[in-house]
Amino acid sequence: MALLSLEGVISDIRQLEELAGIKSPLHQLDPRAKLLVTLLFIVLVISWERYAVAALLPFFLYPLVMTLSAELPLSVVLKRVALVLPFVLLLGGANLFFDRTPVLVGNWVCQAGWFSLLSLVLRAVLTIAAAVILIATTGFHDVCHALQHFGMPQALVTQLQLMYRYLFVLAEEAAMTARARRLRSFGNKGMEWRPFAALLAHLLLRSWERAERIHSAMLARGGGWQIRQGKGWHFGRREVLFVSAWGGGLVLLRLVSVPHLAGELLTRLLPVSGRLL
Amino acid sequence: MHMADALVSPAVGGTLWAVSAGAVAHASARLQQEADTRKAPLMGVMGAFLFAAQMINFTIPATGSSGHLGGGLLLAVLLGPQAALLVITSVLMVQALFFADGGLLALGCNIFNMGVIPAYLVYPLVYRPLAGSYPTTGRRNIAIMVAALIALQLGPFSVVLETVASGITALPFSTFLRLMQPIHLAIGLVEGAVTAAVVSFVLQARPDMRLDAIGKTNGSLRGLALAFLVAALLIGGGFSLLASKNPDGLEWAMQKITGSEELAGQPSATHRLLAQIQERSAFLPDYNFKKTESAAAQQLPPSSFGTSLAGMIGGLLTLILLTVTGMVLKRRRVAGQGS
Repeated sequence: MALLSLEGVISDIRQLEELAGIKSPLHQLDPRAKLLVTLLFIVLVISWERYAVAALLPFFLYPLVMTLSAELPLSVVLKRVALVLPFVLLLGGANLFFDRTPVLVGNWVCQAGWFSLLSLVLRAVLTIAAAVILIATTGFHDVCHALQHFGMPQALVTQLQLMYRYLFVLAEEAAMTARARRLRSFGNKGMEWRPFAALLAHLLLRSWERAERIHSAMLARGGGWQIRQGKGWHFGRREVLFVSAWGGGLVLLRLVSVPHLAGELLTRLLPVSGRLL
Repeated sequence: MHMADALVSPAVGGTLWAVSAGAVAHASARLQQEADTRKAPLMGVMGAFLFAAQMINFTIPATGSSGHLGGGLLLAVLLGPQAALLVITSVLMVQALFFADGGLLALGCNIFNMGVIPAYLVYPLVYRPLAGSYPTTGRRNIAIMVAALIALQLGPFSVVLETVASGITALPFSTFLRLMQPIHLAIGLVEGAVTAAVVSFVLQARPDMRLDAIGKTNGSLRGLALAFLVAALLIGGGFSLLASKNPDGLEWAMQKITGSEELAGQPSATHRLLAQIQERSAFLPDYNFKKTESAAAQQLPPSSFGTSLAGMIGGLLTLILLTVTGMVLKRRRVAGQGS
């Protein structure tokens, strides 16, 4: 996150909200169905043991089918993967040094650490893709709506909606302030923590005063914050089908590692392959 | 320091989800009781503020690298712990949903490390006793510094515990700890300095700007915080013991259902095949295959490598199938747009 600029962040959020406005069949599903499948997908992917590589590959079917049928650009997913990957690589890279158990793959000897590193990267790509697909086909308010149905406390729902409402306003203000500071500083001079603290304090004061004005406006209209209701979603037959098809399929992929099964079959059916290798 | 989904196991993620959900439910119930209409808009705007503030960088003294504010403690001091926890949670949720920064399952871990620890543990147990009810500027600054240092040692410590308990990385506990803690000592120092400066500045301009009702150090929160601390230590200790010995919950369940650790393939057949290949090709004549096999079997789940060859072939097959599926879907989409 720290790598991104504020302006970039805002345009990214806008882009995702625009994508969530597309009218594909996937977009018209009840958000609860998509949330359920997304969570199940993530849990199943990360439940594989730490050396699983081939077994994770069939799971790419889900993001593949979803991105293509929802007409999402691949770059949306890749950008977020690039954002998270450095930390994952840092931890996964350590496996190369600490996990030197030799493994035999065909004729080659390879360190176990490579498997766990590769597995970690695959997990990262899969879980990130699932989360991005959820928001890009559903939109923030509807995800909140789904979460509320699953028992998220009312205070947090209000908080999320209010925060999201003012995110754009404040981010733009903060971006302008930060740009002004950048333009007035030379190299690192002016970028130290003292002017930063003063800048932040000013921003905080202005935010606080904005909140007071919002509060007065709320009182003037005679009440609290009007929570934006989701569309009249209905968990109908399509949703049941969606959840049971993906749910069943994914659980099956978790129970049976299809690549191993196929590979096993192939190596047994064709003993020649042994000689070829 | 956001935990990613890829780094946690379902058991660790689920447990911390439960813990964080409990804390968030407590905070929500408490706020709803208060029924202070000023709080809702203030918290909303403060969430947006924190989100934006975390993206503004500054130069860290003596290093030249740049850092940004965490903000958990700042919010707890200004808004009180319950409101702070909800605000931090909302920021983390937006980051997880829109930027996959910290995943959906790892959200519980992140709320715990960056929300529950500063607002529900460090604030009532460290900051309030140190600052007292009517702190002078100096006393408040010292309390903030100490609280920030402790919060930024506990947070990374919990990241290390969660990662190691998840068993995804082979990084040994002590090495990881030695990597994380000293860096965060410096980060805590900077966070404390910035937080103290911001709070002083803001309270000078607007002395009325504190919603955290003075003198109302609710004893119940301190009790809750202590309970949290004990539970966290127990869970942390239990996990690190369990993680080394047992497979995680889902695998354990699978074991119960299927009677074997994994369903995929029978190692023995492949091992025989591998041995044959080894004999025939004699690429590494002196390589004692049996020994390697037993060494690997001791340290790793039996199924992980027994089937690596089959896995590789099958993996390639899967990749080819996925590519074909993608191409077919894409062609259908293009055709659909054309018609």
